[in-house]
Amino acid sequence: MSDPEHLSETVTAALREAPAGEGGSARRMTLNMGPQHPSTHGVLRVMLELEGETIHTARLDIGFLHTGIEKEFEVKTWQQGVPLTDRVDYLACLSNNLCYALAIEKLLELEIPPKAQWMRVMLVELTRLNSHLVWLGTHALDVGAMSVFLYCMREREDILRIFEAFSGQRLMTSYIRIGGLALEPPRGWDQAVRRFIDAFPSKVDEYESLLTRNPIWLERTRGVAVVPVADLLDLGVTGPCIRAAGIGWDIRKSEPYSSYDKFDFEVPVAAEGDVYARYQVRVEEMRQSARIVKQALEGMPEGPWQADAPHVVLPDREKMKTQMEALIYHFKIVTEGFLVPQGEVYQTVESPRGELGYYVVSDGTARPFRVHMRTPSFGNLQGLPAMIEGRLLADTIAAMGSLDFVLGDVDR
Amino acid sequence: MADPQNAEAKPKPAAAPPAAPKAPASMAATPWEDELTRRLAEQYPDQITEFSTYLGQSFLVAKPAAVVSIVEFLKLEADFDYLADLTAVDYPKRSERFDLVYILYSFARNERIRIKTRIADGEKIESVVGVHLTANWLEREVYDMFGIEFANHPDLKRILMPDGWEGHPLRKDYGILQMDNRWVKENLGIESGQ
Repeated sequence: MSDPEHLSETVTAALREAPAGEGGSARRMTLNMGPQHPSTHGVLRVMLELEGETIHTARLDIGFLHTGIEKEFEVKTWQQGVPLTDRVDYLACLSNNLCYALAIEKLLELEIPPKAQWMRVMLVELTRLNSHLVWLGTHALDVGAMSVFLYCMREREDILRIFEAFSGQRLMTSYIRIGGLALEPPRGWDQAVRRFIDAFPSKVDEYESLLTRNPIWLERTRGVAVVPVADLLDLGVTGPCIRAAGIGWDIRKSEPYSSYDKFDFEVPVAAEGDVYARYQVRVEEMRQSARIVKQALEGMPEGPWQADAPHVVLPDREKMKTQMEALIYHFKIVTEGFLVPQGEVYQTVESPRGELGYYVVSDGTARPFRVHMRTPSFGNLQGLPAMIEGRLLADTIAAMGSLDFVLGDVDR
Repeated sequence: MADPQNAEAKPKPAAAPPAAPKAPASMAATPWEDELTRRLAEQYPDQITEFSTYLGQSFLVAKPAAVVSIVEFLKLEADFDYLADLTAVDYPKRSERFDLVYILYSFARNERIRIKTRIADGEKIESVVGVHLTANWLEREVYDMFGIEFANHPDLKRILMPDGWEGHPLRKDYGILQMDNRWVKENLGIESGQ
């Protein structure tokens, strides 16, 4: 492929010059891509109208993974909602756990002890690494670089082992709960995290050595899927995709939560707004996340890992067996949950994909009245047609990969 | 948040000191007043009925007819240039059954506000797609899940549920196990999806 953007312009221009009417429309072809297509990493249907190899219009059909999670919240107790949040964005489970927990804790006006906050930050940054590693591996695979995938999965495995040590689960950890963490951090967790995080920056160098100056990678990604930044914002695109277009907006900085203001990190920004810039931003984010994890590890405060709120947090096993009050609270929480004051709140966190928001309404009972998720993939995916229309069909794969959407997150 | 939906509130946990904090009867919002609310109140004297803050988050309640105009005013005059979210809440016992919630963010001010409005079942509301393109899918989702119709929406059809589906799942009167049996039978060839 020579210069894809240039080529696409020539093709479009040639087609514009073609006689209108029957002759013109006969050149159009409708191509159905998906719902089962490997590069969508889920089930997404894209209906493309082609003029030769150029995309004239792209229409998206979503909803194939709709499972009614928002409805299901309404029949669960507040704490039972946590495992549902894992299943929304299955590559960033802990970010979803955190956002939901923060929203409910805000309604309950609970204070979370520093150790739990720092632990949450550390785990959420490991989640970001996990998500970016899957993204990098699969995106490179889509574009044609097979080996990167194997390198990324190697490090991802280490992260999943850490998650398993913490929670007993590799993927759907549900480890961040309303009021703190699900379990006490396991013995030796710090050595495991340290081993990983000390080695990680050199691994990022390895990925970069495979891609950053790779001529094929540059050809496939530079100048592809550029959209004016005002349009990106108008379409609701957030996260690395707008940071790659020059907007240094990161919720961790602008509306800090869970002690993020106490950490020293930078928000990587690029100006070009193309697929390559998104790659650069995410790779740099991996380095910054590694920095945050290291700071969390070194500065981890001592103290409790759960809030002092016996009506919300399950009591310690030992106490439950020796103290009457603890047993009563345990029984109450397990059988009927806890009440959350009437009110509504919108809580956002910076998920690996962008702005993740939970809008939660409580009517004062033990179950949520309404939980709505503003998922980053939903917003980002809406920007896809603008990125691929008027361009080559082959660039669609690169553009989709660079948006890094998770279909479970889109359809909920 | 006037009336609690579940008429029978769960009994409080039995006396076990220290007692759990008592849930207030209604949302304890405080008035929201600043330079922005003054400008809005001046611009829309009869259209905005409430300016409040709850847990540090500000919201205003407006009449449905004024929503598009307020969203546009906020975008052009007050830098609220990003519509983060648009959703609805169903209160089946209320005469104006739905709350529509618009969540706006301003990059320049680093501030978030919500616009809430109440509409009745079957009532149409003007679409904000003309102001924020992102509302396209968000409004389609609200239409799909609640059956609220948006006037002048460019492409108002279902987005998450299949096109021929009957019913709007996030309405409170739609059961958790309920489904469109006719659709399931015709399209999947089975008696029930359960």
